[in-house]
Amino acid sequence: MPAFGSYSLLLSLALSVYCFGVGALVLLRPRMAHAERLGETARRAGMGIFLALTCAMLALIAACFQNDFSVAYIFHHSNKDLSPAYKFSVLWSGQEGSLLFWAWLLSAYGLVLRWRHKVDTRLVAYAGMIVAAVQVFFALLINLAANPFAMMVGNIPPDGNGLNPLLQYPEMVIHPPMLYLGYVGFTIPFAFALGALIMKYPGEKWIHITRRWTMVTWLFLSCGISLGAHWAYSVLGWGGYWGWDPVENASFLPWLTGTAFLHSVMMQEKRGMMKMWNMWLIFSTFLLAIFGTFLTRSGVVSSVHAFAQSSIGPWFSTFLALSFAVCMVAFVANRKHLKSENKLESLVSRESSFLFNNLVLLAACFTVLWGTLFPVLSEWVQGTKVTVGPPFFNRVMVPITLFLLLLTAMGPLLAWRSTSWESIKRNFTIPAALAVATAILLVALGWKPWEKMSQFYSLMAISLAVLVMATVSSEFLRGARVIAEKTGHNLFASMVQLTRRNTRRYGGYIVHIGIVIAIVGFAGSAFNTDSEKELGPGDSMTIGGYTLVLDSNTQDDNPNYASESAIVNVFQDGKKIDTMYPERRFFKASQQTATIVANRSTLKEDLYLVYTGNSENGRPILKAHINPLVMWFWIGVWVLIAGTGIALVPNAAALSLRQPSRVQAAAVEAGD
Amino acid sequence: MKRLLQSVLLAAACILLLGASDFNARFNELGHKMMCKCGCNQVLLECNHVNCTYSDRMRDELTAALQRGDSDDLILQGFVQKYGATVLAAPTTTGFNRIAWIMPFAALGAGLLAVVYVVRRWKARQPAVAAASAGEAAPAGFDEYRQRARQETEL
Repeated sequence: MPAFGSYSLLLSLALSVYCFGVGALVLLRPRMAHAERLGETARRAGMGIFLALTCAMLALIAACFQNDFSVAYIFHHSNKDLSPAYKFSVLWSGQEGSLLFWAWLLSAYGLVLRWRHKVDTRLVAYAGMIVAAVQVFFALLINLAANPFAMMVGNIPPDGNGLNPLLQYPEMVIHPPMLYLGYVGFTIPFAFALGALIMKYPGEKWIHITRRWTMVTWLFLSCGISLGAHWAYSVLGWGGYWGWDPVENASFLPWLTGTAFLHSVMMQEKRGMMKMWNMWLIFSTFLLAIFGTFLTRSGVVSSVHAFAQSSIGPWFSTFLALSFAVCMVAFVANRKHLKSENKLESLVSRESSFLFNNLVLLAACFTVLWGTLFPVLSEWVQGTKVTVGPPFFNRVMVPITLFLLLLTAMGPLLAWRSTSWESIKRNFTIPAALAVATAILLVALGWKPWEKMSQFYSLMAISLAVLVMATVSSEFLRGARVIAEKTGHNLFASMVQLTRRNTRRYGGYIVHIGIVIAIVGFAGSAFNTDSEKELGPGDSMTIGGYTLVLDSNTQDDNPNYASESAIVNVFQDGKKIDTMYPERRFFKASQQTATIVANRSTLKEDLYLVYTGNSENGRPILKAHINPLVMWFWIGVWVLIAGTGIALVPNAAALSLRQPSRVQAAAVEAGD
Repeated sequence: MKRLLQSVLLAAACILLLGASDFNARFNELGHKMMCKCGCNQVLLECNHVNCTYSDRMRDELTAALQRGDSDDLILQGFVQKYGATVLAAPTTTGFNRIAWIMPFAALGAGLLAVVYVVRRWKARQPAVAAASAGEAAPAGFDEYRQRARQETEL
């Protein structure tokens, strides 16, 4: 099986090189003999890469299920007693496997791209050639630098080292694929953009073609990031879900530029503006996805999530430099083609709100990148490394996010081209009054923003969230009222109609609502509290309004791990409301321990229990956290997913006005 | 006299409780300004590694320093001397490290100024272009304008 996998990898490299080489040759010399046929062979070779890499991937999975520890990767990342679901996740739990998985996903995207080549044969040929170039890089990596089928030297061990305990959690089976789908997916809009630039493609068709690709990719990345956050919350056990770790930051960077691209691309579609800006946004998104991988694989920065570090950093930095050079050369050579057809006419307009929104998103991206790389810069300049952790990011990113929220609130109220101040005042008064009322209400409820900066930021975040909700709702209401007047439907049905008529616009607004809800959830962290105590059976501890009583602790054993659980009864106002089971597991193969958090989540707050260990006399030590509003973060993510889903659905046909039938119905009623 | 004694005791209890609350607040604040040095890359009070050889010791040291009555700066300096500059969870606001704090806002400010400048420049050029194009556009009829308005306003 390993030999079959190795040959499949070699075949994928050969096909990638052929697809790129011949594809480029045909595009450079379109009049050469048999150019069309050669181009077709390149396209089919591109589709063949998917088959070859599927074979390689299946070979690795089969080796894992067969416990073939002659393969070094299987020995290092699996063991005999690992459950079948996690045997699948072995594929992306280490360096070599995850790069193979990355290459396979890219080939799958490439397959769809080449399959649908009739949408625009020439543009797809260019995009296919660029995707093939990226594929060559990954094929070289998995063949030469990080071969997943490398064999063990010497005797074959009877059992493997096992999967990293932190990865033995259900979310880890879907989090990495989602994240990779997001990372890899940005290659497609990047390839179309670069292809369109190289061939000086007229019009905005490439944007129309890639619109759904970009949105789907962005959705995957959003889901990947959220699943990662949920995994961190449930497994790492430090009480939070976002710690501004370099690996988290690496996934957030392309998300920010991708979000900016999704917004500004509308300006190009609608008004032929910001063409250069959009080109560089999608270039940056692709480069940041590669850069993120470089960051996490090269060991340049230390991370709690870095499961796969090695010496492949130089490969990535070379590829990154080469990709940047290609983008720059193509841009310099063809920049005249990217001249805007229109100019901004007013600072107070929908266009400028898009521009400011882009600017703030890029500032956020820069801040995250700056903070992530500052330790390296500091070491280079001062000779000493410094830590840039959560206190830095929270202090710098929160004001930027609040500014972004303000812009998100204002955007829908601004008209295209120019907006009068009277119009802003008219549309903004009620939402602004609601936001101020919210702030006053929160202070009346006992918030003290003047005492702690974190409480001030939370108050601002929730007030601005109300502002955004109010402006978005007013947009829905305004449109729905018009439809209701014309059709006689109720307001809710009219809102559904409105959304169906322009799914992209109103789906986008729902995404905004999702983001705002998630930010409300994040704002709750200003009020997090925790307490730690050693408990014997019958002992209790109090946190928030809860009393936690340890009933007993139990032990269990299975071939993969031994576990200890604390059985904790939860009381509120003297009544028992729940029983929780925080757990710690000792994984036998890897000889490592991990915690499994017990969490009782309500809309108000999470009661989060961690079994941190045992005291010297063998009694469990429990750490309890009260994390307010966390559930709203996950609800926000679900709303974001729903909104993106709606935005992906094609618009319904224009609503046919049923005014005459209503008149007829009224006449019949009058006749009766 | 009895009432006075009660009042004094109550005041003392309040001060003690306030002191305890102040102690906890400072412990919490300082503990979130430092990183655990076990290599977990987590904030000191958030490190929950089972059998972590650093976090418990560091927390005890922090408690001891607070009980000695050391100031926040002195405590942080003491930790930096013992564990190195990377023990601080964020760069200081002195020397080169100050750049870490300034750059994000400087970049945002520069970007905002650039956008305002560019838009104003474009706006200043607009009237001449608009006047030149107004004469040509008039006879085209309303359909073209409707189409353009739909194109430009419907997202």
